[in-house]
Amino acid sequence: KSSVQTIGEEQIQNPYTELLVLKGHQDIVRFLVQVDDCRFASAGDDGIIFLWNAQTGEKLYELHGHTHKITAIAPFSSSDVTEEKTDLIITASADRTVIVWDCASGRQVQKVSCFHSTVKCLTVLQRLNVWLSGGSDLCVWNRKLDLLCKTSHLTDAGISALVELPKNCVAAAVGKELIIFRLSASNNGSEGWNILEVKRLVDHQDNISSLVSVNDLTFVTGSHIGELIVWDALDWTKQASECNFWDSSVHPDVQPEIKLSQSPQETSVQHLTSDEECVFAAVGKGIYVYNLQMKRVIACQRTAHDSSVLHIEKLPNRQLISCSEDGSVRIWELREKQQLPAEPVPTGFFNMWGFGRANKQANQAAKKMHENTPVYFLELVGDLIGHSSAVQMFLYFGELGLATCSADHLIILWKDGERESSLRSLTLFKKLAQNGDLQLKL
Amino acid sequence: MISAPDVVAFTREEELEDDLYREPPLPEEYSVPLFPFAGQGANPWAKVAGSKFTRDFILISEFSEQVGPQPLLTIPDDAKVSGTFDLNYFSLRIMSVDYQASFVGHPPGSAYPKLNFVEDSKVVLGDSKEGAFAYVHHLTLYDLEARGFVRPFCMAYISADEHKIMQQFQELSTEFSKASECLKTGNRKAFANELEKKLKDLDYTRTVLHNETEQQKKANDKGYYTTQAIEKANELASVEKSIIEHQDLLRQIRSYPYRKLKDSEFHPYEPECSLDRADMGNDQDSAASDPAEPGETHLFTRVPSYTPKLIKAKSAKCFDKKLKTLEELCDVYFFTQTLDQLHHIERTFRGDVCYLLTEQISRALLKQQSVTNFLFEDVSFLDEKPPEKQYRGCQGLGQDATDEKCSEESLAPKVVISLGSYKSSVECVPIKMEQEMEDSEEPKMSESVMSEHQENLDYLDADIKGSISSGESIEVLGTEKSGSGLTKSESQASLPVMPSPQAGRSKVGSRRTVSEDSIEVLSTCPSESLIPEDFKASYPSAINEEPYADDDEGGLRFTPRVNPGVDDGQDDVSKQESLVQVDAACCIGKESPNFLEALPELGQKPCEEDGVVRIPPQPYRPAEQGLRGGFPSHDGLSGGLLPYELDSRYLSGSREVSKSSLDECSDSTSYISSAASTCSDRTPSPAHLGGAAGERHRKRAGQNALRFIRQYPFAHPAIYSLLSGRTLVVLGEDEAMVKKLVTALSIFVPNCGVYAKPVKHWVTSPLHLVDFQKWKLIGLQRAVSPAGVNVLHALSRYSRYLSILDADSKTLRCPLYRGTVVARLADHRTQIKRGSTYYMHVQSILTQLCSKAFLFTFCHHLHLPISEREPEESVVSRRMNFLKHQLGLANEDIKIVQYLAELLKLHYIQEPGQGGNPLLRFDYVPSFLYKI
Repeated sequence: KSSVQTIGEEQIQNPYTELLVLKGHQDIVRFLVQVDDCRFASAGDDGIIFLWNAQTGEKLYELHGHTHKITAIAPFSSSDVTEEKTDLIITASADRTVIVWDCASGRQVQKVSCFHSTVKCLTVLQRLNVWLSGGSDLCVWNRKLDLLCKTSHLTDAGISALVELPKNCVAAAVGKELIIFRLSASNNGSEGWNILEVKRLVDHQDNISSLVSVNDLTFVTGSHIGELIVWDALDWTKQASECNFWDSSVHPDVQPEIKLSQSPQETSVQHLTSDEECVFAAVGKGIYVYNLQMKRVIACQRTAHDSSVLHIEKLPNRQLISCSEDGSVRIWELREKQQLPAEPVPTGFFNMWGFGRANKQANQAAKKMHENTPVYFLELVGDLIGHSSAVQMFLYFGELGLATCSADHLIILWKDGERESSLRSLTLFKKLAQNGDLQLKL
Repeated sequence: MISAPDVVAFTREEELEDDLYREPPLPEEYSVPLFPFAGQGANPWAKVAGSKFTRDFILISEFSEQVGPQPLLTIPDDAKVSGTFDLNYFSLRIMSVDYQASFVGHPPGSAYPKLNFVEDSKVVLGDSKEGAFAYVHHLTLYDLEARGFVRPFCMAYISADEHKIMQQFQELSTEFSKASECLKTGNRKAFANELEKKLKDLDYTRTVLHNETEQQKKANDKGYYTTQAIEKANELASVEKSIIEHQDLLRQIRSYPYRKLKDSEFHPYEPECSLDRADMGNDQDSAASDPAEPGETHLFTRVPSYTPKLIKAKSAKCFDKKLKTLEELCDVYFFTQTLDQLHHIERTFRGDVCYLLTEQISRALLKQQSVTNFLFEDVSFLDEKPPEKQYRGCQGLGQDATDEKCSEESLAPKVVISLGSYKSSVECVPIKMEQEMEDSEEPKMSESVMSEHQENLDYLDADIKGSISSGESIEVLGTEKSGSGLTKSESQASLPVMPSPQAGRSKVGSRRTVSEDSIEVLSTCPSESLIPEDFKASYPSAINEEPYADDDEGGLRFTPRVNPGVDDGQDDVSKQESLVQVDAACCIGKESPNFLEALPELGQKPCEEDGVVRIPPQPYRPAEQGLRGGFPSHDGLSGGLLPYELDSRYLSGSREVSKSSLDECSDSTSYISSAASTCSDRTPSPAHLGGAAGERHRKRAGQNALRFIRQYPFAHPAIYSLLSGRTLVVLGEDEAMVKKLVTALSIFVPNCGVYAKPVKHWVTSPLHLVDFQKWKLIGLQRAVSPAGVNVLHALSRYSRYLSILDADSKTLRCPLYRGTVVARLADHRTQIKRGSTYYMHVQSILTQLCSKAFLFTFCHHLHLPISEREPEESVVSRRMNFLKHQLGLANEDIKIVQYLAELLKLHYIQEPGQGGNPLLRFDYVPSFLYKI
């Protein structure tokens, strides 16, 4: 019997009552990137990049150029004062090429194929107007696709994640290590850059699976065995770490459950996202909310999905969206639990299950904490069922809705039915006015 | 479908109406007075007594110069159809009423024989002895070997129901004109070919003769010519004359102004340069004399090579010579095209006239509802151009010209009111004008016609005076080209605006009962197919059938001078003006049945006389202003989707498919019962192309739906699901049963666009989200296999988008319904017994829903704030208020209308040509399980 929380068919708070299925891909769709306010690109294992209109679901361009699956994609919009804004996207593929596309014309701008290994991550340093590609080595490129500099060969496994840090630094996750590089202007050329390895951090016990920057002062990493480390972005020291927060015994406010074994799959930190206060971690099937100030997990949903959570994102309205291998997307809301004068935790209940002793202490500890800190919990407010296979990623477009991509080759645009309906009315009356039919009406 | 004959008949029964809820009265066009003999148990659709054939058919006859009138072929080509009906006799009859009196020969002042481009004449003929009434369409084809180069033919639509012929005169005329045009086009082509061959023969003969003469000249050194030489010279001269004559004929046939037919399907061979035809015709005078000139020959001839033959000097016309068949006269391609068209006509006009008219009205009304009609109607047939459409352009013109004409006509001398029209008609016949110019060969015949006219007029006169015994009478209400003037004068005399055929009918009606036999010729307008198209400024000489006449001899003008008031100015402008008048007159004659205002008067008159409804509902043509103006039609849109539509229509038209679709949902009992009940007519009435299948399908669907609502107590929530756009899956093991249920429920499914009904009868694979976008009603196989498990798994996964009707366990899982609309739609205690009637009932309620959805969609302030600062909440509350109180909708009914409104919006804002992404709308509402 699955212990996953379910929500009935009545979902009052779920705004997504209309959907559009975008067909085009012929294989797993893994990446979605936002190009601008109303466009996004999708890419996946078929090596094709599609450009979509997020409002209408119209397919704008179909970009062909890669022969293998896409491994990384990054938007690169230049907002130079001199020239008009051009939206580019950079894609890296397993065919060891990187292509820059122009979103306005749907054309390939340039193609680089001098890589020795597959580029696994791309990062754009908007401030410096350069972009970095991470494979077995780290390369720095300018807009014109001139190779500015590159590091020596780092590892065969390659860089799995890159994040920009203050003071022209980047953090690269290479296996278990976290390497900090610094970019510095070279002496000989005006546009030349040098890249230097500054520091290697070896605190993780296992491969680093996710790396995210929280703010200018902190960034967070997560590893395969569920370590979460908060780093200082300026001096690269460990600020805090949480290494066994998936363990239910530590967190009393969570319904305990029977666990037979902890497979690494279930503890891997799949994805991290953050707002100013909290880091949200997708760990195994669960979602955990880690408060940076309190330095502890304040809320969690141990089994948020039937299988691994692949992507989570925090919405501005205290909502959290997660998608999972089970093909569903769930919308959560972080709520403050009403503080009750006396915590009605019946110890007998736990005794019945043989957890009595273990939890007693925990409960007491929790009680202590409850007295001075608010307690949060994640409530399921809606779920979106449409994909028939793992939902790889999603993209939140605010009012325009939500785009989800999946292993079933589809992209679904979820929309607020009410809003769409009134938009259509608006269009209708505009068209009526255009056709001059409005005058004929009384 | 808005209505059908079997419901129309009951519309005036008060008690029935009381039983139902209060309804607004029927639209005027639908109200038909009760059949007066209904009380005596007579079947209003009873077969007209005395007719010797089983169903309507088309007959093609020829007035053969060798054997006289003879029938050539019938459509359908089935001996059973005509039965004991005497085709030979009828051919004689129909051929004897040809008023066009085609003239060919040497007109005075002209050196060469002239081809007369005769217009088709269209007459209505009745033969009460045979119980046959016919629309007769005369046409003339050219044949070089025939006397006067012409072969008169006629096509007749023969029916036992004279009303049908009268009511459908317009449509018949249009359709037959198309067929005739097609035949004539092919004929011109063949004739030109023939002429060219003949010219080559003659050329060759001349060369041979010339050589012989030269040889004789050489051999003969005496100072005088031998008789032999003189003979040869004469022969040569006659051959040369013949060449010139034939060249002239060729030029004439080529200069025939190419008419642009509306239907391109009839005219795939139309040359690109047809626009220049008129000019070319003038310029060709010299050029045409050279038959071998390639520039023009390509237009007509594609003869690979032809070896000329020597022509005997005296090739006398002999009667043992075999005349060309119709197929030879026309190009084979055009001949088959014509046959196709005739078959099409036969299909279109099959069935009872009442049915045809109701159908036409419905179609016309539906067509106006361009915004909503796609929802529940089969709109594919609306794209078929109704016959009157092409005339609409000149209708306004015609009305404008009416006044002018009235004043002119009033100057014309008037005789007795009743006879005046007849007389004037005869006087105006343009044949006469031509006859005056003819040489003395022809007048005899036309005189006889004339005298016959006179005779009959006299006869009529006598008839009116009270004589009863009458052998035969011809009533001429108007013939070609005089039609306009005649109608006008007649209407001046009697009624202000009177539709001519009806007027004629109502007048003749009582009289006809006296005469044993009668032929009625109704206002047959000249060249009705010709003028609207050809009268475009770019064709100054289009009407003037012989453009060269002006160039050759100034004195000879064959411009049809219809209106005496119009002086035949030499300049183009005035000519055009006169053309306008012809056109206008034509349109008045043709279009006059449209004046619905005149109808009540007309309807009264015959009723008073004999209590028989003489005038069935009139073909309804939308007024230009009024209802029409509301919204733009989506012609562009439908144009974009055309291939699909064409395809589907084509499919539905084809026998096999319709048959298979019948089998699919076959239900023999209902078919038999419905066939027994509605089939008052001898043949089923097709609503439109492929309509027979559609009609039967509707009956079946209606029958099944009726059964469904009686059988399943949870029919209401199921129907609600369909109406609110929630996909309903019918799950079952037995394919036939599932398909039957799907067929039954399909009548409740709103269309999402014009292109496809979102119904899938049978699916065996697991459903996917995309399917719910496409289909709103799905029949799904329940299987025990592992695949079946997947199917069920998918169902439970997507259960929030679905309502599931389990046909095996008779359960339904779907949201709650508490509204009232569906209760009216599907009352299990309904008294309706027949499938087709129930279908109509459903359609009428759905139409109501549509109108509500329309109001809701297009009320501006319900969707947009009135002022800038108005909050969204007040708009929402206003919207809900409107739905609840103004439209009187309760609970879930609101969702139905909202869904329909959403479809309307999508349909309206959809850009033409762009399919648009199908979107899936859904609600997060709990479902309930219903059991029997």
